[in-house]
Amino acid sequence: MRNNVLNYLYGSITRCPDKLAFSDGTEGLTFRQVYDSARSVGSYLIGRGIYKKPVVVFMRKSPREVAAFFGVISGGCWYVPIDEEMPAGRIQLILDNVKSPLVICDEDTAPIAKDFVLHGGSTVLYSEICTTPADETGLARVLDSAIDIDPIYIVFTSGSTGIPKGVAACHRSVIEYVEQLSETLGFNSETVFGNQSPLYFDACLKELYPTLKFGATTYLIPRKLFSLPVQLIEFMNEHKINTICWVVSALTMISAFDTFSVIRPEYLHTIAFGSEVFPLKQFRRWRQALPEASFTNLYGPTEATGMTCFYHVDREFEDGEPIPIGRPFPNRQVLLLSDDGTETAPGEIGEIYVRGTSVTLGYYNDPERTSQAYVPNPLNTAYPEIIYKTGDLARYNDRGELVYVSRRDHQIKHMGHRVELGEVEVNVNMLPGIKLSACIYDAEKKKIVLYYLGDQTDRELTELLKTKLPRYMLPGRIIRLEEMPFTPNGKIDRVTLKKIYENK
Amino acid sequence: MDQLLEILSNLHPDVDFEMEDRLIDDAILDSLDIVDLITAISDEFDVTITAKDIMPENFNSAEAMYDLIQRIRDEE
Repeated sequence: MRNNVLNYLYGSITRCPDKLAFSDGTEGLTFRQVYDSARSVGSYLIGRGIYKKPVVVFMRKSPREVAAFFGVISGGCWYVPIDEEMPAGRIQLILDNVKSPLVICDEDTAPIAKDFVLHGGSTVLYSEICTTPADETGLARVLDSAIDIDPIYIVFTSGSTGIPKGVAACHRSVIEYVEQLSETLGFNSETVFGNQSPLYFDACLKELYPTLKFGATTYLIPRKLFSLPVQLIEFMNEHKINTICWVVSALTMISAFDTFSVIRPEYLHTIAFGSEVFPLKQFRRWRQALPEASFTNLYGPTEATGMTCFYHVDREFEDGEPIPIGRPFPNRQVLLLSDDGTETAPGEIGEIYVRGTSVTLGYYNDPERTSQAYVPNPLNTAYPEIIYKTGDLARYNDRGELVYVSRRDHQIKHMGHRVELGEVEVNVNMLPGIKLSACIYDAEKKKIVLYYLGDQTDRELTELLKTKLPRYMLPGRIIRLEEMPFTPNGKIDRVTLKKIYENK
Repeated sequence: MDQLLEILSNLHPDVDFEMEDRLIDDAILDSLDIVDLITAISDEFDVTITAKDIMPENFNSAEAMYDLIQRIRDEE
């Protein structure tokens, strides 16, 4: 039985050892190279006695970083990806949470890692461990004692208290997800992925593991190209990229500038998107440019391993009509529950709860917040069963398709990332000279709008915030107020803030 | 030029746009910034910027953007 994601890698290494597995357009690794490097890194961990522990991978996005992930797994540990784009303050919070015995760096990140508090852990350069002689006995022992409910990674997502939450997923969940997603989107050995998402989110599971499973190829597209539509498509054509799973804003960036009248993606036949609402005007341009391609809307919280629901776009939509999120992948269930824990009547709005193997292990080292979101299934009182409470509201349309409605709380989707506006506010409030702050989201212009009371100028404030928050969480508009509006029961009045903003 | 610098500093109050000349190459401007920026430039200067104009050499600095705007105006 397949109980470890490494089984995928061991399959491809026998079928296509010399095929290109991962590339960023300049530097690439074949399956053989990925396999060898992973076993070396795994052997290094075994040699150090690091086993069943979180290992931080702090590297520039590259094929070598992917090999490092598989290396950590080969050693029987789970990887915690950290990115050089993350601000130092946030990285430190993550390190404080996982207390990893080891941080694997590259030449670019090692100087930055020196300044972190590692809680007794140490740093090592990837280049120094990726050729460690393979410890055949040790690697075999790790695989023999693998249990599929052991974690494979911890990825961090925004938390409203200002402390990010580490979602830990296990092998079983990832394998199940990879199988369902691959079947639904029709991946195979001819698939050439163009990866857009950062490697520190579960979004990249869509490319990394199917690549191993099928012996496919993934190009990690350089981030810069997502500002340069023509060059982006040239890159895709040069590398014969045929499958993309991108955030909507990356797709609309291309269609918005009439790029298709200059150049078209020649090989692209499978397009999946998600995390945000696709503006229909832009979506139609894509369909027009690639009438033969399949378009699939995906929905899912990180806590349920990658994506939960899918909808293959099979009809035209009226202006203002949302593209459904469809139905769950097989072997998982979506429950729409009302606040009293009962199922909602057909057509009514309810909160999405996810049930199945895809539900992750919980928030790492965080029992309190875990118990708030990973809850007993109220419809099953016969035995313990944990389901995930998403905080997303949805309803079924007349065709029986799920349609996303909104969030219950102040979480937003910004540039494909989940952002708790509360986390932005907590970080602003901690800055010197700030009395109070509140955020709203301008969904149309895709801007986080920050209101604050205090002595700082907006420029000083942005400078400081950059050391605390990742770029996608930085407010796009910062407005100083003389006084903050409050509701009668003393909460910040966000409705009034929205009105102030709209009337500007 | 002042008009352009004002658009830019509204977009990113923390960047010194009179000095920076690797805005794209160093990914100081990301894809959403580019979308916002081009929308703002198109409105303020009444020019049409299309995909083929969105090259690093046209957006790496405020000066390059200004030259691009002038060029498009001349052509139109």
